[in-house]
Amino acid sequence: MVDFSGWSMPVQYGSIVAEHQATRSAVGLFDVSHMSRMLLSGPDAGPLLESLLTRRVGDLSPGQVRYALFCNEAGGALDDVLAYRVEVPSSDLLGYGLVVNAGNHAKIAAHLAQHAAGRDVAIDDVTERYAMIAVQGPKAIELLDPVTECELTSFRYYTGRVANFRHGGVGPVECYLSRTGYTGEDGCELICPADQAVAVWEALVELAETVGGGPVGLAARDTLRLEAGMPLYGHELTESINPVQAGLSFAVNLKGREFVGRDALAAAGKDHHQPVRIGLQLDGRRPAREGCLVLQGDQEVGTVTSGTFSPTFDRPLAMAYVKPSAAATGEHLAVDIRGKEVGATVAPLPFYERGK
Amino acid sequence: MPPEQLKYAKTHEWVAFADGVATIGISAFAVEALTDLVFIELPEVGRTVALDESFCEIESVKAVSDIYAPVAGEIVAVNDALPDALETLGDDPYEAGWIVKIKVADEAPLAELMDHPAYEKMCAEEAH
Repeated sequence: MVDFSGWSMPVQYGSIVAEHQATRSAVGLFDVSHMSRMLLSGPDAGPLLESLLTRRVGDLSPGQVRYALFCNEAGGALDDVLAYRVEVPSSDLLGYGLVVNAGNHAKIAAHLAQHAAGRDVAIDDVTERYAMIAVQGPKAIELLDPVTECELTSFRYYTGRVANFRHGGVGPVECYLSRTGYTGEDGCELICPADQAVAVWEALVELAETVGGGPVGLAARDTLRLEAGMPLYGHELTESINPVQAGLSFAVNLKGREFVGRDALAAAGKDHHQPVRIGLQLDGRRPAREGCLVLQGDQEVGTVTSGTFSPTFDRPLAMAYVKPSAAATGEHLAVDIRGKEVGATVAPLPFYERGK
Repeated sequence: MPPEQLKYAKTHEWVAFADGVATIGISAFAVEALTDLVFIELPEVGRTVALDESFCEIESVKAVSDIYAPVAGEIVAVNDALPDALETLGDDPYEAGWIVKIKVADEAPLAELMDHPAYEKMCAEEAH
């Protein structure tokens, strides 16, 4: 167990490689309760988020989910989040759910509060009231469908709805189920009341084990998301990295919009000199780690932000920020791993895409 | 050699000492804690290492770890079979999983190493 932004979390339950492969071939269960959950309601909830997020959310229909970022005035990422359009209990108005990185909880809460001043919006931090469990893998949907009573197979990706979890003696437990995740696999994330979470988790573990799956810790969550080319805040995203250079332009909508960081992001879109995020396939079997320098010939051209040994491809993979002149797919570079140069080739992201 | 007859360093290396040469590996506890080993960088034969110097690096999926010299001296042999068969470290840590042999320059530090019961006790405490 390790401390992760104030939460005690398992790095691994057993073998990282076995947990990784179980998620790719069957199903992995991830306790992601550490992610911060906030509920925004009131007539100004939409306008508040629209003034801060890199994408529109006011056009979302109930049940739709969208990935977007909060940025500072310089365009640097404050956090990357999921915004959910939801029906708020005890309110006639639609509201928004936000799932925020644990390490950015206090920062985003303060950011929202600051910009909420003078607006008619209620921000309810429900992080500790609910738990969150990700169920990820090719067998995730068939596993959850019979126990959630919500015609899960009809859910499109990035949609969610209220569902009742029921299995064995557990439930019905009202939960919010969305077809989202952070592994590159199909699957769901389930938000349920904290006091029911252990029972739901144990029921899910029992179900997962019937198809060769089981619980997965933080370490395999990292190898899975890295293969899937997904940025991790604190590594590929920081307050001095903007979403354009991170390759997240799909999550930036400038057209006819005003939001914090907009002008800086418009400028970033025209800046062809800023370092950009790339994927690297390394020669040999030794993984590069965060902080390793990237070399082109004898020139230092960038830095590794995440690196690991990929269980799926059985070779080391990394993500790095490099000068644009070193970023073309197929470019031969090198990485300095503890004083030794190891060959590396620029590869397109994501490294891994699931079969549709 | 059976693990009960080996000596151990605080950093989880084991040592078998005979005829002036120390055979060194890492304990089953260490291999278990590292999990998912993917790479080992062996030192060159002939290199001289100081006491507590890192002479070998081992990578797991999760992180890189150093292996420290529990004795000073000259490396006289390395286990060349290991890089292509890292599972040996877990399957047979105290025999086929040996890592290097060091011709010991000074025997005094050997007396500082733990015996098996003391090492077991340390591991039990670390596991908490």
